[in-house]
Amino acid sequence: MFSYYLKLAYLSCKRTWGMTLLMVCAIGLGIGASMTTITVNYLMSANPIPQKSEQLFFVQMDSWQPNDPYSDDGDAPTQLTYRDATYLWQAQKAKRQTIQSGMAAVIEPADKEVLPFMVQGRANSADFFPMFDVPFLYGSGWDHQADLKKERVIVINAELNERLFGGKDSTGQTVRMAGEDYKITGVIDRWNPKPRFYDISTGSFNDVEEVFVPFSLITEQKFDRSGNTNCWKPTESGFQAFLDSECIWVQLWVELPTAQDKEAYFSFMNAYAKEQNQYGRFARTDNNKLRDVMQWLEYAEVVSDDASMMMAMSLMFLLVCLLNTVGLLLAKFLGKASEIGVRQALGASRNDLFIQHLIESGCIGLAGGLLGLVLAILGLEAIKVMYGDWIRDLAQLDFTLVAMAIGLAIVSALLAGLYPTWRACQVQPSVQLKSQ
Amino acid sequence: MSTLLTQLELGPMFRALMRNKIGALLIALQIALTLTIMVNAIFMMQERSQQMARASGLDEANTFYLSNTVFAQNYNLKTALQQDLQRIRQTPGVVDATQINAIPLSGGGWSMSLQTKAGDDIEGTGTAVYMVDEHGINSMGLELIAGENFQNSEIGWREEGSTKWPPKAIISKALAETMFEGDWKNALGKTVYIDNHQPVQVIGIIKALQAPWNGWNGVERSMLVPQQLDSKGSRFFIRTEPGRRDELMPVIEKMLAESDRGRIIRNVTSMEQTRDESYQEHQATNTILLTVIIVLTLITGFGIVGLAMFSINRRTRQIGTRRALGASQWQVMRYFMLENLLISFAGVILGAAGAIGLNIWLVATFEMSPLSPLLLVIGVVALLIVGQLAVSYPALVASKISPATATRGRA
Repeated sequence: MFSYYLKLAYLSCKRTWGMTLLMVCAIGLGIGASMTTITVNYLMSANPIPQKSEQLFFVQMDSWQPNDPYSDDGDAPTQLTYRDATYLWQAQKAKRQTIQSGMAAVIEPADKEVLPFMVQGRANSADFFPMFDVPFLYGSGWDHQADLKKERVIVINAELNERLFGGKDSTGQTVRMAGEDYKITGVIDRWNPKPRFYDISTGSFNDVEEVFVPFSLITEQKFDRSGNTNCWKPTESGFQAFLDSECIWVQLWVELPTAQDKEAYFSFMNAYAKEQNQYGRFARTDNNKLRDVMQWLEYAEVVSDDASMMMAMSLMFLLVCLLNTVGLLLAKFLGKASEIGVRQALGASRNDLFIQHLIESGCIGLAGGLLGLVLAILGLEAIKVMYGDWIRDLAQLDFTLVAMAIGLAIVSALLAGLYPTWRACQVQPSVQLKSQ
Repeated sequence: MSTLLTQLELGPMFRALMRNKIGALLIALQIALTLTIMVNAIFMMQERSQQMARASGLDEANTFYLSNTVFAQNYNLKTALQQDLQRIRQTPGVVDATQINAIPLSGGGWSMSLQTKAGDDIEGTGTAVYMVDEHGINSMGLELIAGENFQNSEIGWREEGSTKWPPKAIISKALAETMFEGDWKNALGKTVYIDNHQPVQVIGIIKALQAPWNGWNGVERSMLVPQQLDSKGSRFFIRTEPGRRDELMPVIEKMLAESDRGRIIRNVTSMEQTRDESYQEHQATNTILLTVIIVLTLITGFGIVGLAMFSINRRTRQIGTRRALGASQWQVMRYFMLENLLISFAGVILGAAGAIGLNIWLVATFEMSPLSPLLLVIGVVALLIVGQLAVSYPALVASKISPATATRGRA
């Protein structure tokens, strides 16, 4: 019976090919536009570290000026002062903790023929690698002692290892950076969490850095810091004055496996704020925040306004396309009234007719969905060209999204077909036969 | 009036519509949603276009910059800087060059707060800070509208990590207006305070110079301070004679790179490219919105054509009868055009409400500004025209139906 209905659907579509084409195009365009924007939104709001996102917390302490809160909504600053961050880090109250900041330096390859080049890096603590589940191709990160002793150690990414060592295991070798030799302890495998949750301050979807070095080396002033620095209180000149200042530029992440751990850590933070308050700092002692990965990404609004707006627009666009389809299907099915009358007179039940027309709608939906998928792929390519490099990893269909596109198309087409089908089944055979 | 209504057959038309409520309702809804989306999308495009159209104040067509990153140890930054600047300025085709700490519209830079009185609790005005020498104004192609430029003797050397500011500054007109309640001329010669306490005298005012951050609401506020930076990572901003930028960019890159092996010359970028990159997202969003509007209008238009063709097919015999009873071709055509106008009218009224509703939501959720009523009116008129255009072909087909059809059986 199903194949017979398919044949009927085929014949019917062929007869009114113009209308059918219009419907397939409408559904296709609606699905294509929606899937393009849904994909970008879905990937922007993805959980970059699902296995432990609820155990990793971003520490915010309100050290900002007394008379004017840091942000308009009164929330705590998004970075810490060097003194607060190092105090909290040195206390080692969490299972793991890393302080960090961006850095940049020039690497001079051993081969003098190769020109020196600039790398973007991260200055972080030893715990960074285990706490963020960083995969290693060779070796591993450094240990806590290296942080404390300010050892010249470095972790490089696979691309840089390819460039400097031809992709071979380079652990134990040295890299000349910013005029000093750094010993390689490990090479990171391909790892590119999107959003780059651990530091979204300079762009939520930036690539992972090429090199990682101990944060404690920052005080040696060998390489440049990068990232944002915000100050509210005038400071004296000089680097030590800067480290002691109220400028915020350091980030702290902690790993707290249980709710009790979180509770305890939060009390510790608040106690520290209260203590500092007695020295005239931390005007708002109860405004500290401990947000887990997804809470932090949501608060920081990593899904851009443009992306959400586009999605809202494209869903409305899909709605218009569906209304269009409802209208055309209605016209199409009612145009077949006489045929329906004949079929009914020949013994087809309303149920049969209902299924027959639903199958016809489903087929149009499927065709529209396939077209939509092609359009979504084109749309995502266009987005990559138009928005540039950073969106590269956010404009890719995966299996879930493809299934979703086809599902969405068929469901929409069936929904759109429901009312016209019902109307078609209401046809009175006697009236139709009489008018013949 | 009543004769006109009778003439236009609005009564029978309305009754006919009520018999095919759903079809009419679907078209009206489509038009309503199309209007809702269209008006808001155009509005969003306008906002972005206006942002992109703001002048940066620079001679964008003839300027470029590059990063100079020193990695050699024991390097005399001061001597090297003067040599580099001299070499660049002497290159034929170069108008002028300066060292600078940040690039307008590039996204990264330095900001400070300026206040009219000294003190810790005084509210200040945020401004971008550009550190340049006396060649700064000429290198960027800025227009000094009051006061004077820096003297060579006033250029200070800013040590790494220093928090000391020079005693003189040149500020943008927009900054002067914000600080002196709209009266920018009043700013000239005044002392303002940077970093809460350090006095700075305003010695000049430039017409415009944008900050590095295009999304900042204070993007027009900026100041120039006479300083050269003691930094291993500095930038040179260079202006060429008209039309010679592209030819000189590689020449200067090569000249600098080869003159000194202790540094890397990177990011040689024109100001035009920086603008394009700065507004890349805006541009892309606008392109997408435009595509959406066009496709949406086409879909709605074709939908109207499809449904009208269908309804005409169904009414072939009635149309034939009307023609046989003496209705002219024009009258038949007018009937369908008017029918569409009636439906479209219902649609645009609903759509106007929808557009305002969506805008209210957008304003609340995304901090957009409210819609201009004029745009709504234009959208309404545009969609009524689209409806009329779309229905004109089916209406024409209807008008061609021969009166003889009435006498035949069902077509």
